[in-house]
Amino acid sequence: MALPNKPLGETKAVKDPEVEEREVDVLIIGGGMAAGGAAFEVRKWMSDDQSVLIVDKAAMERSGAVAQGLSAINTFIGENSPDDYVRMVRNDLMGIVREDLIFDLGCHVDDSVHLFEEWGLPIWKQSDDGKNLDGKKGQKMGTLKAGAQPVRTGKWQIMINGESYKRIVAEAAKLAIGEDNILERVFIVELLLDANKENQIAAAVGFSVRENKVFIIKCKTALIACGGAVNIYQPRSVGEGKGRAWYPVWNSGSTYYLGMRAGAELSMMENRFTPSRFKDGYGPVGAWFLLFKAKTLNGLGENYAASEAAKQELERYAPYGTAAVTPTCLRNHLMLFEMKEGRGPIMMDTVSALAELGKTMDKKELKHLESEAWEDFLDMTCGQANLWCATNTLPEEKNSEVMPTEPYLLGSHSGCCGFWVSGPDYDWVPDDYKIKADNGKVYNRMTTVNGLFTAGDGVGCSGHKFSSGSHSEGRIAAKQQVRYAKDHADFTPAISQSTEEIVDMVYKPVRNLLEHCAYTTAIDVNPNYIKPNGMMYRLMKATHEYGGGTATYYMTTSKNLEIVMEMLEMMREDCDKLAAGDLHELMRAWEIKHRIWTVESHLRHIQYRKESRYPGFYYQADYPGQDDENWFCFVNSKFDPKEQKWDIYKKDYIKIIPD
Amino acid sequence: MPSFVIDEKCDGCKGGDKTACMYICPNDLMVLEANTMKAYNQEPDQCWECFSCVKICPTQAIEVRGYSDFVPLGSSIMPMLGTEDVIWTCKFRNGTIQRFKFPIRTTPEGAANAYPDLRANDLESGLLSTEESEGYEMPKPQATV
Ligand SMILES: Cc1cc2nc3c(=O)[nH]c(=O)nc-3n(C[C@H](O)[C@H](O)[C@H](O)COP(=O)(O)OP(=O)(O)OC[C@H]3O[C@@H](n4cnc5c(N)ncnc54)[C@H](O)[C@@H]3O)c2cc1C
Ligand code: SF4
Ligand code: SF4
Repeated sequence: MALPNKPLGETKAVKDPEVEEREVDVLIIGGGMAAGGAAFEVRKWMSDDQSVLIVDKAAMERSGAVAQGLSAINTFIGENSPDDYVRMVRNDLMGIVREDLIFDLGCHVDDSVHLFEEWGLPIWKQSDDGKNLDGKKGQKMGTLKAGAQPVRTGKWQIMINGESYKRIVAEAAKLAIGEDNILERVFIVELLLDANKENQIAAAVGFSVRENKVFIIKCKTALIACGGAVNIYQPRSVGEGKGRAWYPVWNSGSTYYLGMRAGAELSMMENRFTPSRFKDGYGPVGAWFLLFKAKTLNGLGENYAASEAAKQELERYAPYGTAAVTPTCLRNHLMLFEMKEGRGPIMMDTVSALAELGKTMDKKELKHLESEAWEDFLDMTCGQANLWCATNTLPEEKNSEVMPTEPYLLGSHSGCCGFWVSGPDYDWVPDDYKIKADNGKVYNRMTTVNGLFTAGDGVGCSGHKFSSGSHSEGRIAAKQQVRYAKDHADFTPAISQSTEEIVDMVYKPVRNLLEHCAYTTAIDVNPNYIKPNGMMYRLMKATHEYGGGTATYYMTTSKNLEIVMEMLEMMREDCDKLAAGDLHELMRAWEIKHRIWTVESHLRHIQYRKESRYPGFYYQADYPGQDDENWFCFVNSKFDPKEQKWDIYKKDYIKIIPD
Repeated sequence: MPSFVIDEKCDGCKGGDKTACMYICPNDLMVLEANTMKAYNQEPDQCWECFSCVKICPTQAIEVRGYSDFVPLGSSIMPMLGTEDVIWTCKFRNGTIQRFKFPIRTTPEGAANAYPDLRANDLESGLLSTEESEGYEMPKPQATV
C-alpha cells in the first residue's frame, strides 16, 4: 500500500510543531490501574485553588495491562490479615522485600475492591450451600463489603467477570477528576528537574500522537504510573506474533526511564518476571492450577513437581523452597530443569483435571465449569481462546503445552523491580525506610526525588499488588501528592531549558529524518539514521543472546554481561540518530529509548548482585545459587543526571513482620 | 492475532474526525487511510489481540486472524458487547461452534459512583478518602521483629 517514501502511519510529522505549556500543582502520568486510583482519589483532598492533570498515552477506557479485562482480582485480603499477606509476598520473592510497603498496601486494598463492586464490576459469590455464583447471579448474596463470600481460587485471589474491568475503573476515574483535567494520546518523554531547587521535580515533557504538538507541563509534584517494560527481550514468536507478549506490549518502561533520568533511586531492578503460561497464546494458568486443580506433566507423562528429585532441589532453596506454596521462580526452575534434561515438553493435564471434577458434578455443572475455563481466556487473553479453536483443542479432550515466556520488568505482578520509595510515616516503620523531603517530612510512596511519586509497577521491592493493589497504591500516592503540593504552596516550578531546546529534544527523530531522508531512495535504510523498528530488533537480539533471554534458558555470565553493556552503550549513543516520519513512529522512537535505558539498569543490577537470587527467572553461571551471607540485601542504583553517571550499592534489608 | 478491517463493512465512522477504532487502540495501531476513508491496522506485529477495536467498531467491520507464525487458519472468535453481557462466538477449525455469555457489568454505563461531593479532611493521616468517611481503623502489625 505504501509508496517507497511514504512514512508509516497517517499523521505526518512536521519539523516545527506547536507548543502548549501548562502548569498544575499535581500531575499524574499514566492512565492504568494505579493512575486510575490516583485520579479517583486526588480531588477529594485538593483545595479549590489547587489544580490537577492526568496524561495517558492511550485512551483510559482501555489503556494499560487491563485493556482486555481480567478474570480475577489477585489481591483481596478479606478474612486474612495484612501480616499474612506480607509473609506470602516475602516468601514468593525469596525473602528480600519492603515489608512496610506491603503491609500498608494490605491495609487499603480491600477498599478499592469494594469500590469496584459498587461501580458495577461483577464479582463471583459463594452461595449458602457453597456453590459458585457468577457476578450477576451472585448479586443476590449482597456485596463483599456487606459480608458476602467471594469465590477464592487461592488464599488471596477472587474470581470476577472482568471483561469491562478497565472501562469501569476508568469511568469512575474520569468522572472524579473531570473531563477538563484529562489529556489522552499524549506520550510523556522526559521529566525535568527544577532550575533553582536541587533534586526537585519541575515539569514533564511530551507530545501528542494525534497532532503536531509538544507539551511542557510544569508541576509541583508528579506521579509516574506508566506500567512495566515489555518487548525488551526477543519474544518467543518473532513474526506477526511478536505483539503477543504476556504483559501488555505497549508498556515500554517509561516509568523506569522517566524516574531514573530525573535521578530517582531504583531498587531490585535485577528482579524480572518470566511467567509460565500456555505456550504461544500466553493464556493464564492460575485458574487451571487453583480452581481446576490441574497438574503439569513432563514429556514422559510424569508429575515431575511431586518427584523426590524436585523435593530435593527445592530443599536447596529453604526456607522458600520448602514453604507450603512454592515461589513462582522456583516452579519455573523445576520446569526448566525438565526441559534442559530432555524431558520436555511440559503439558498442563487439563483432561484428567476436568475428568476428576466431573466425578462429583452433573452434566450441567460440568458444562458450566468448562465455560469457566473459556471465560478465563476470553476475559483477559482472548488470543489463547482462538489458538484453542484453531488447533481444535477441547481442554476435556486434549492437553495443552506450558512454557515460560521471555522476561518482563514489572513491580506489581509477581516481580518487584522499581523505585526505592518512602514507606508510611508510622512508628513501626524503620527510619531507613522513610525518605525525608526537603522540609523534613515523610511522604508515603515518594521517590528519592522531591515531589516525584510512583505506584503500581513503579514501586520496587513490593510485588503481588496486582490490579487492585495498584489501584489503591495510586490512591495512597495521590493523597500524598496533594499534601506535598500544599506544603510547598509557595514553590513555583522553573525549568532551565528553553522552549526551543525542549522541542528540539522531543522532535529530534523527526528532524533527523527530514534532514537526511532525501539521501537514499528507500526511507528505511539510510546511513545517517536508524528507524525505531531496527533499533528494537537490535535491543532484542542483544538481550536475547547475552542478557539471559530464552536463547540460553535465562542463563548469563559475567563475560556476556560485559559484552551486552558495551552494546547498550552504543545503542544509547545511536538513540540520538533515531528517525521518525510520522507521529506514531515518533512514539516508537521514544519507546525504544525508554526500553534501552530500562534494560541497561536491569543488567547493571544483575551484574552487581553476585549470586542467582531468583533461579527460574535468571541465572548467573559464575555465581550460581543464593549467597545469603553477602547478598541478603537490596541492590539500589542511581543515575546522576548532572554527572551523567551511574552508582550502584547495597541497602540493608530490615525484617519487620516475624515468620 | 492481528486485527483486520473488512473493506465492505468499514464506513470510516461516517467521516467523523475521530474513528472509534483509532480512539480505543491502546497501542495506536488503527488508522484511517485518508483517500479511501477506511481504517487499517498499521503494525500487525504490535497487536496484542486485545479485541478493544473489535468490540467498539459500530459496523462490526473488525475481526482478527490468528498470528501467521503459530495459528492455523480457519478459526475465529467474535465478541458482541452489550450493556450487561458479552457474547462470544468461538468457531473451531473443524467447524464446531461454541457460544459463551458472561456478565460484564451490574450498573448502567456512566453510573459509577465517583463520590464527587466527598471532601476528605485529614491530610496528615494514612487514611484514604472513603476510609476516612467510614471511620476505618488502620490495622497495625500484630507483632514486629
Ligand atoms: C495478562 C495479564 C494478566 C493479569 N492478570 C491479573 C489478574 O488476574 N488479577 C489481577 O489483579 N491483576 C492481574 N494483572 C496485573 C495488573 O493488570 C497490573 O498489576 C496493573 O495493571 C498494574 O497497574 P499500573 O497502573 O502500574 O500499569 P498499567 O495498568 O499497565 O497502566 C500503565 C498506563 O501507563 C500509560 N503509559 C505508558 N507509558 C506512558 C507514557 N510514556 N506517557 C503517558 N502514559 C503512558 C499506559 O497507556 C497505561 O495507561 C495481569 C496483567 C496482565 C498483563
Ligand atoms: S471503528 Fe469500524 S467503522 Fe469505524 S473506522 Fe474503525 S473499522 Fe471503520
Ligand atoms: S486488537 Fe487491540 S492492539 Fe490490536 S489493533 Fe485492536 S485494539 Fe489495537
